[in-house]
Amino acid sequence: MTTYTNSGNKDTRSGFGAGLYEIGQKNNDVVALCADLTGSLKMDAFAKAFPDRFFESGIAEANMIGVSAGLALSGKCVFAGSFAAFVTGRVYDQIRQAVAYSNTNVKICASHAGITLGEDGATHQILEDIGLMKMLPNMIVINPCDYNQTKAATIAVASHNGPVYLRFGRPGVPNFTPENQKFEIGKALKLSEGKDVTLFATGHLVWEALQACKLLEEEGVSAEVMDIHTIKPLDTESIIASVTKTGAAVCAEEHFIAGGLGESIAGELAARKPVPMEFVAVNDRFGQSGAPAELMKSYGLDADHIVQAAKKAISRKQ
Amino acid sequence: MQDIQQLKDTAVQVRRDIIRMVTLAQSGHPGGSLSSTDFMTALFFKELNSSAQRWTKEGKGNDMFFLSAGHISPMFYSILARAGYFPVKELATFRKLGSRLQGHPSVEMHLPGVHCASGSLGQGLSVAIGAALAKRANQDPNYVYVLVGDGESEEGQIWEAAMFAAHNKVDNLIAITDWNRQQIDGNVDEVAGLGDLEQKWRAFGWSVIVADGHDFDSILDAYSRAKKESKEKNRPVMILMKTCMGKGVDFMEGTCEWHGKAPKPEQADKALAQLKETLGDF
Repeated sequence: MTTYTNSGNKDTRSGFGAGLYEIGQKNNDVVALCADLTGSLKMDAFAKAFPDRFFESGIAEANMIGVSAGLALSGKCVFAGSFAAFVTGRVYDQIRQAVAYSNTNVKICASHAGITLGEDGATHQILEDIGLMKMLPNMIVINPCDYNQTKAATIAVASHNGPVYLRFGRPGVPNFTPENQKFEIGKALKLSEGKDVTLFATGHLVWEALQACKLLEEEGVSAEVMDIHTIKPLDTESIIASVTKTGAAVCAEEHFIAGGLGESIAGELAARKPVPMEFVAVNDRFGQSGAPAELMKSYGLDADHIVQAAKKAISRKQ
Repeated sequence: MQDIQQLKDTAVQVRRDIIRMVTLAQSGHPGGSLSSTDFMTALFFKELNSSAQRWTKEGKGNDMFFLSAGHISPMFYSILARAGYFPVKELATFRKLGSRLQGHPSVEMHLPGVHCASGSLGQGLSVAIGAALAKRANQDPNYVYVLVGDGESEEGQIWEAAMFAAHNKVDNLIAITDWNRQQIDGNVDEVAGLGDLEQKWRAFGWSVIVADGHDFDSILDAYSRAKKESKEKNRPVMILMKTCMGKGVDFMEGTCEWHGKAPKPEQADKALAQLKETLGDF
């Protein structure tokens, strides 16, 4: 298998902040808004460098989304940020009408997504945001896996004229994809070639899938690892091609099973290429307080659980 | 640009259009469409620095208008059509399958005059503020206008937007409330009272102008004062247009009954008998 090296743990939100600052320098039409979490979202470099293009909305997310839509339809490229919980469910109707239905050029920037938000607990740990956003027509949904990829994705979405949901996280996690990579919206990345099972993963679970691949290799199982950074539009051709070869699938994500990447993949496979499939995700329960890594283990979102799921999927092959 | 008699003639034709559109569709919202007709006619035919020929979705170099209370689309569509934004005959397609004239305004089929979808209430003020901020950033001296309903002002987002606009000294924004005092479930004061609406907007840091929304002198004076005051005081302006729900059709006036109900053909005849055809029906 291809070997990936962690160049040092980094938080994906910092990748977002760095990407935003970089496109802010290049494009005067890029504007940003935040709802009293500028430091947490690492938007402070942009806010400091471009004070005329940064709008502090205060703790008023609904208004922030509306103002973002107004700026966008006037020709601006708008990045609106808050915690994932507050910039999706809390403002779903605003996003639905003023962003998705009106097809405005607003990037919904969601930090602290999933359970790795940690100690603040379930009120702040959203695990249904991908589902909410992928259901909206016109909305692109992206969940990059590490710092470098998040930075590249942030830069890439500025060139797409339309609504985007960009999801990233709080804790430092392995940074292993190439620096200054080119990010292609909607293109699945094959990180490792295999023949017995495909491990689909998104966000923080991509690194775990790579670790699972190693563990499986030690047991003589050849796993293919695919980084699905874009959940919508889904790269169905790459997905179908991979399972046609391997005949079994696992999907790992820091999200509910309902509404997640796994559900999207399962829908495609059911229609076009049914194979045994297992889900490594949270099943219909809220999160809780705890340290991020501890929570991931406790909720079964790690390499060991991916290994178990892979073996189960393979055993179900006929 | 129209003089006051022309504005009156246009307004009465708009009211005919409203009744005929909702009757044809057998659905839609005549009450608030009729209460807002006069000041909206004045806005589009006298006040707005824009035109059907110049209009773009991005609005650069033009005044922009946003309808936050999207349900009063019959009034909006009639005024746009009468102002030349699209053919008057298209009014007959209102709420029909495949029409650009959706029940609530949409940009999906690129209807000229509409910048953003509305219908789910409370959002248009925020969107208008965003457009006003973009004008400021682009050094575009034009204004952004937005119409909200009084019942709509029960939405919390309106007050988030109010605070934000005052805090950011958005002085190229003129908001209008159609203060007709009626909403679906009854009189606004009885359903979920807004209290002292004028003092509320002042307390939120806005300039407030109260006008008679059916008197063209009062309406035009309010628009002219609003532009002046926004720049003098460096803040957004709210014009509270005192209006009568269902204005122009005696049996629809002053009641919530006709908020979202279409007249039967015989009721429509009774209504149209009170509204002289001035510009030719669609």
